[in-house]
Amino acid sequence: MDFGLNEQQEMMQKLARDFLTSEYTDKVLKAMVKDEKGYTPELWKKMTGMNLMGLSIPEEYGGVGDFLDLIIVLEEMGRVCFLGPYFATLVLGVPIILEAGNDEQKRKYLTGIAEGKITITLAVTESMVKYEADEIRSNAVSQGGYYILNGTKMFVPDALAADYIICAAITNGIQESQAGITLFVVDINTPGITVKPLQTIAGDKQYEVVFNNVKTSAKDILGSVNGGWLHIGKVLQRANIGRCAEMVGMAQQALKLTLDYAKERIAFGHPIGAFQSIQHRCADMLVDVDGARFATYQAAWKINQGMEASKEVAIAKAFVSQACRRVMNSAHQIHGAIGFTEDHILHYYTKRTRAYEFSFGGIDYHLERLAKLHR
Amino acid sequence: MDFAFSPEEEAFRNEVAAFLEKEVPLEYREKRLTFFDMSAQHDWIQVHRRMAGKMGEKGWLSIHWPREYSGQGVSPFYRLILREELARYHSPGYDSIGCGIVAPALLLKGNDAQKKRHLPGIASGKVMWCETLSEPNHGSDLAAIEVFAREEADCFIVNGQKIWTTNGHFADWNALIARTDREASPNYRGLTFFLLDMKTPGITVNPVVNIAGHHEFNEVFFEDVSIPKENIVGDLNKGWYVVMSLLDYERTTDTVYAIAATYLSDLAEYARENDLLNPVVERRFAELEAECEIAHLLHYRVTWMQSKGMVPNYESAMSKMYSFELHQRISEFGMEVAGPFSQLTADSDKAPMFGRIPSCYLRSFGYSLEQGTSEIDRDVIAQRGLGLPRLR
Ligand SMILES: Cc1cc2nc3c(=O)[nH]c(=O)nc-3n(C[C@H](O)[C@H](O)[C@H](O)COP(=O)(O)OP(=O)(O)OC[C@H]3O[C@@H](n4cnc5c(N)ncnc54)[C@H](O)[C@@H]3O)c2cc1C
Repeated sequence: MDFGLNEQQEMMQKLARDFLTSEYTDKVLKAMVKDEKGYTPELWKKMTGMNLMGLSIPEEYGGVGDFLDLIIVLEEMGRVCFLGPYFATLVLGVPIILEAGNDEQKRKYLTGIAEGKITITLAVTESMVKYEADEIRSNAVSQGGYYILNGTKMFVPDALAADYIICAAITNGIQESQAGITLFVVDINTPGITVKPLQTIAGDKQYEVVFNNVKTSAKDILGSVNGGWLHIGKVLQRANIGRCAEMVGMAQQALKLTLDYAKERIAFGHPIGAFQSIQHRCADMLVDVDGARFATYQAAWKINQGMEASKEVAIAKAFVSQACRRVMNSAHQIHGAIGFTEDHILHYYTKRTRAYEFSFGGIDYHLERLAKLHR
Repeated sequence: MDFAFSPEEEAFRNEVAAFLEKEVPLEYREKRLTFFDMSAQHDWIQVHRRMAGKMGEKGWLSIHWPREYSGQGVSPFYRLILREELARYHSPGYDSIGCGIVAPALLLKGNDAQKKRHLPGIASGKVMWCETLSEPNHGSDLAAIEVFAREEADCFIVNGQKIWTTNGHFADWNALIARTDREASPNYRGLTFFLLDMKTPGITVNPVVNIAGHHEFNEVFFEDVSIPKENIVGDLNKGWYVVMSLLDYERTTDTVYAIAATYLSDLAEYARENDLLNPVVERRFAELEAECEIAHLLHYRVTWMQSKGMVPNYESAMSKMYSFELHQRISEFGMEVAGPFSQLTADSDKAPMFGRIPSCYLRSFGYSLEQGTSEIDRDVIAQRGLGLPRLR
């Protein structure tokens, strides 16, 4: 067993941390939350220059590293509350294309992504937000060499910043089954696609995407017709663990902000960190951060090894979400009224962890899956 | 033992309810606004003033005061009933600082002239108050505050900064605690309590926006602000005792258990209407409902003590802490009830309950801080209530 990072992972972590600390300041974060797309091409260029865009993409397409490297970078991104289509492209787009795409698709998309030229997002869930095959109502009807796509997708991340969107739709006409779902990768500017921003508390660029008679070529199918859900099921595991990694970074940063403050804020002649009720809260925060981190790493490691990880993923997402709530609640409590203001950076973390808790299934969803494993 | 309201009290409740049924704007009831974040509503202050004025005319805001000060000398349960109904009808109109804190403090510690000068304005619902206790460097440790009031021949001159002043941007008058003796030891013996007209030259009020995006509190700067000597409540350098009695009231005035219980039942209705109930969710609703009952009882005990002329001690800290933290738990639970949709703000046409859920949730982070933090409340319960030894 080994709970540590290897040399390459450590290097990756330091590289990402140094870069993000200097480039992604609180000021940048505040601006990005207000920004329409939530990222700038300049930042993207710099990230490409550092090979960040190639993480977990095979070398033959210009990539480097594996899923664990990606997880380590995502944790660093969490620390600065990073926004932008990095997660959507690397965690959602890449694995599906890698697994389901044909040679031509892989060359086009994976190379493009590694070169920083292509961004992708994924549209799965709909109005029920269940992240299950049986909720899919979007459908695609074959017409000559084309398919006509119709439907509405909810809570699609970074759709406005994405060049392409992977959409899961029914192609056999039968609802409520996994067996008739096909994946299409479509240029987001195709006529008939409307991207509507959802106003969320975190301002984290989630969208409703409407497909209205979108004409897409049969060549844009990823994998086999009616065989798409298999890939979705797998990518949802990665997506949840990717979110966990970001949340771990956010919890870690909230703890850091809190400790810094607890040492410097004076009340009754002492730093508030000297009061035992504050110390105990901080200690509990550390238990949560450590527990959350190792639950995430364990699941990520299993996925990276190609092992079955349903249980570990469910445990990680449920625990990390709950741990984040506790950590953020304590961070706010210890900050007193200053942490309750819009100017302070803390609430950006609080709001984002709530958004990520919901993303790809909330606490109850994952606990239910865990319970079902024992039935 | 008797856990029922008297027939007279029930009659008063019905009268209040009938009034609110008629007077509360429909929009406030439809949106199910809660006391703590209705200030986000664009017309909040107008509605507040109108409702306060009408309740003032009826004598309800001062109903439990002694008869000589325009009260009806009834038990404080009448105030509690009024506020419970206001919560149930999603209505503003009760100035919890003026009616809830300043008036009781004046009744207890003010001189006759001060009572005659200020109580009628509060009772009428026309004069709004704020309280400036906290400073950027001193919150929980109130005795350490630095804003200084210098004594001159006929007045005091105040300089310095206060912060977190709720309603400072609306208030006509201000309850101010300032240092008048820098050498005093212990430091709380150098504080004086003043009543300050907010129209006095030299006062600047700047907004501070909270994490829910609402403008409720402010920072307040004093630059050579003059206060006449007759505006000292209690005695020079004895302000601490006024503040302590004021804080005892502060912990009992907001009927937070009722606000929380109303929000919980609003959530339950939303869940029922949208088919979101399942055994797990129902159990959580039931647990929280039980806790609401406990919060009611803890608060009723305090009001009962007050009605018997007993002085609540740890009991009010307990009631305050429990109901505020419960409201926090309910607000957090609200974010689960509607799932991912609960992160949508009021700007979104897909937001459940008009965006109330995230607004209540984010506002709730203040509950365990305002009116004294939960840590301080637990200290009070442990040390004053249980007699445990203190380190300091
Ligand atoms: C919504 C809201 C409205 C408010 N309205 C007003 C108002 O109208 N007027 C006004 O004057 N003030 C107001 N306040 C300020 C409020 O009274 C203070 O926030 C509160 O007293 C805490 O002070 P602080 O924020 O400076 O935190 P601090 O006192 O700096 O405390 C920071 C942390 O340390 C903890 N701590 C401090 N001392 C101890 C101890 N001895 N043992 C253990 N833990 C300790 C606290 O509990 C807290 O967790 C308001 C605050 C809020 C959030």
